[in-house]
Amino acid sequence: MDFGGINPVTLIATLMVTSVPILLAALGEAVVERSGVLNLGVEGMMILGAIGGFITAVQTGSPVLGFLGGALAGAVLSAIFALLTQVFLANQVATGLALTLFGLGVSSLAGQGYNGIKPPATGKVPFGPLADIPVLGPILFGHDWVVYFSLAMVAAIWWVLRSTRAGLILRAVGENHDAAHALGYRVNRIRLLAILFGGAMAGMGGAYVSLVRVPQWTDGITAGAGWIALAIVVFASWRPWRVLIGAYLFGGISVLQLNLQAAGSAIPVEYLSMAPYLITILVLVVISSGKGKAATGAPAELGHNFHASR
Amino acid sequence: MLLEGLTKAYPGVVANSDVSFGIGEGEIHALLGENGAGKSTLVKMIYGLVKPDVGRMVLRGQPYVPAKPAEARRLGVAMVFQHFSLFEALTVAENVALGMETPPPMRELAARIRSVSEEYGLPLDPGRMVGDLSAGERQRVEIIRCLLQDPKLLIMDEPTSVLTPQEVEILFRTLRQLRAEGTSILYISHKLEEIRALCDEATILRRGRVVGTCTPRERTAREMAELMVGATLGTPTRSPRPKGQVALGVSDLSVASPIAFGTPLRGVSFTVAAGEVLGIAGVAGNGQDELLLALSGELRAPGDRVRLNDHAIGDLGPAERRRAGLVSAPEDRYGHAAAPDMSLTENALLTAAIRRKLTRHGFIDWAKTRAFAEEIIADYDVRTPGPGTAARALSGGNLQKFLMGRELLQDADAIVINQPTWGVDAAAAASIRQKILDCAATGAAVVVISQDLDELLEIADSFAVLNEGRMTKPRPTQGLTMDEIGMMMGGAHGMEVAHHAEA
Repeated sequence: MDFGGINPVTLIATLMVTSVPILLAALGEAVVERSGVLNLGVEGMMILGAIGGFITAVQTGSPVLGFLGGALAGAVLSAIFALLTQVFLANQVATGLALTLFGLGVSSLAGQGYNGIKPPATGKVPFGPLADIPVLGPILFGHDWVVYFSLAMVAAIWWVLRSTRAGLILRAVGENHDAAHALGYRVNRIRLLAILFGGAMAGMGGAYVSLVRVPQWTDGITAGAGWIALAIVVFASWRPWRVLIGAYLFGGISVLQLNLQAAGSAIPVEYLSMAPYLITILVLVVISSGKGKAATGAPAELGHNFHASR
Repeated sequence: MLLEGLTKAYPGVVANSDVSFGIGEGEIHALLGENGAGKSTLVKMIYGLVKPDVGRMVLRGQPYVPAKPAEARRLGVAMVFQHFSLFEALTVAENVALGMETPPPMRELAARIRSVSEEYGLPLDPGRMVGDLSAGERQRVEIIRCLLQDPKLLIMDEPTSVLTPQEVEILFRTLRQLRAEGTSILYISHKLEEIRALCDEATILRRGRVVGTCTPRERTAREMAELMVGATLGTPTRSPRPKGQVALGVSDLSVASPIAFGTPLRGVSFTVAAGEVLGIAGVAGNGQDELLLALSGELRAPGDRVRLNDHAIGDLGPAERRRAGLVSAPEDRYGHAAAPDMSLTENALLTAAIRRKLTRHGFIDWAKTRAFAEEIIADYDVRTPGPGTAARALSGGNLQKFLMGRELLQDADAIVINQPTWGVDAAAAASIRQKILDCAATGAAVVVISQDLDELLEIADSFAVLNEGRMTKPRPTQGLTMDEIGMMMGGAHGMEVAHHAEA
């Protein structure tokens, strides 16, 4: 069942793994932006999560603790962002960009001495005979726990945002922070929690890169995945299921173009390399276009700092 | 509810000083005062958003010290805000749920919204997006939100400023029904006729102090206004004048709205003669902002749809229209009409550079610009340290006087103004209206878009209404009755929609 040297089952199974870092980071950022905060530091939080998770996993020998360490590292970095933007009311765009540069630098420093080490392996979830089912087996039952975790998070975030009071309050804060304040909600506290959640998700995504995808530590290992995550959030209209589509699309085309390169395709390598970015943006633009500004679902307070005057 | 000696000071200003009054059970109590009299601060203290420095409050015999709005709501104090505290991208039911402490599940809540809204004659569909509702319907959302919590004291902050006369009637009926059920209402307004029609008692605030209490039914509106302002008021005078040539003509103008949840203009036509004031009424959000944008040149149309002195100007931008003789003043003072962080001199330059020739060879003539700003400040009695002050530092009324002066002193053939006296105190409003009339007397064609009917009836020669982007044919103002105006405004909005929802 191969097409031009590419097996579609392997392709789907691989894209699910490839997409995990972007998916986790984009989900976290979607929640942050729904609360009205624009944190452009996703790349920085991811790479700090990558090195934080790597060090924790190597030191403790436990990949699970590694992921927690990655999440913690991302959350700590996002706490700095929260302090600057929610307490000192610094500009969110500038602070987010600084966060990325800071994260890249700190991770490089912390990673000295961890080059060339292999982290403890994250095993697949044992599904027993289920994994041997043809076609469905490798796609549905052949992954490590983080893949399932990321999918569960899509559903969980969708459900929380749509059906719970916490989700409603979060959306309300992102929609009109003055009104939320007038009703007695603690705007900055809610945003702080959202930012920490986003940081933890990005950190976990980063840890997946260094612990599973690569798996080792090199400087700049996330290679722009945080920026892709940011773009996906916008084009996905801040909706979790669309974030999943966007992340899988990007991951899928990335895997496909690598396979095509390996298979010796006639298309020049440069075009193949840019394909994931181009096609993802194109598809998501088509999804979110044509319904007017109100229908894109951008939170009305996105990027605006809140200060309770009087 | 009893308030005793409430005092709240902010750095540099005492918002409330030793305010005391009481509200009886089942009483509608009016709180009167000009902008900046301290009404909002007082209300925020009652609602738990602000803590008083000194003084105490008593609610039904118990000391009442709300630390936050949630606690105030729990104790039975609910509030309908002046600037709606609603979320446009959420549904009616979600908005209501946000204002409740322990909302029931959504389906149950929707049913309760339906039943309460019908009980009080305020039909509402809980599944609709708030962004799609009219101002009157939005206010219903706020009221229903309060009613679902069975309040003992309902605070209403300027509730009628966005309603049609018919909607005001519906609201008053609801409020009287609440009063009959024993709910106390604190009603904040500066519309004196309404207060006379509705309220049992009134407390009047000036500069943060209680300056008087009265029973509104026994006083005339004028007496109360003078208590409020602390001075006698003049009425604008207008001298009869002959109508001149048609200066500004709009024919079959349709433009899409650039504003989210905005209203497109649909086939708007009218003419204004030199020396004539055309008043355009309508509830907010029916195309007023779009009409101003289309007339100012921020929205463009085919050239011949807008004509100034028989020249097609529909396809010209704002600067070119100013050069041709059409100036306009938008509603939003901070950000649209003025750059808040720039000085008055700089703001004067922004729109007057062309007509007052404040630039030479592309360079700014600062001396001339400052002189122009000083001229406005002197002519329009703007209270400010000087033309170097930032626009943001002026109070709303003073900035509005400055901005009106900036446009009216440009000697234009046609002037378009949206909400000339919105949020401006009575004295300043009267002087702005007088200046508009003076301008018309010197031969300018004036279009005033406003939601204040009394204002339009006072200054306009002809009267039209914008409703869902369509404009009625202008009629002479003289002889119009409130009922006719109400019908022109389309009656009460949303009744049909709600009835459909029931079926």
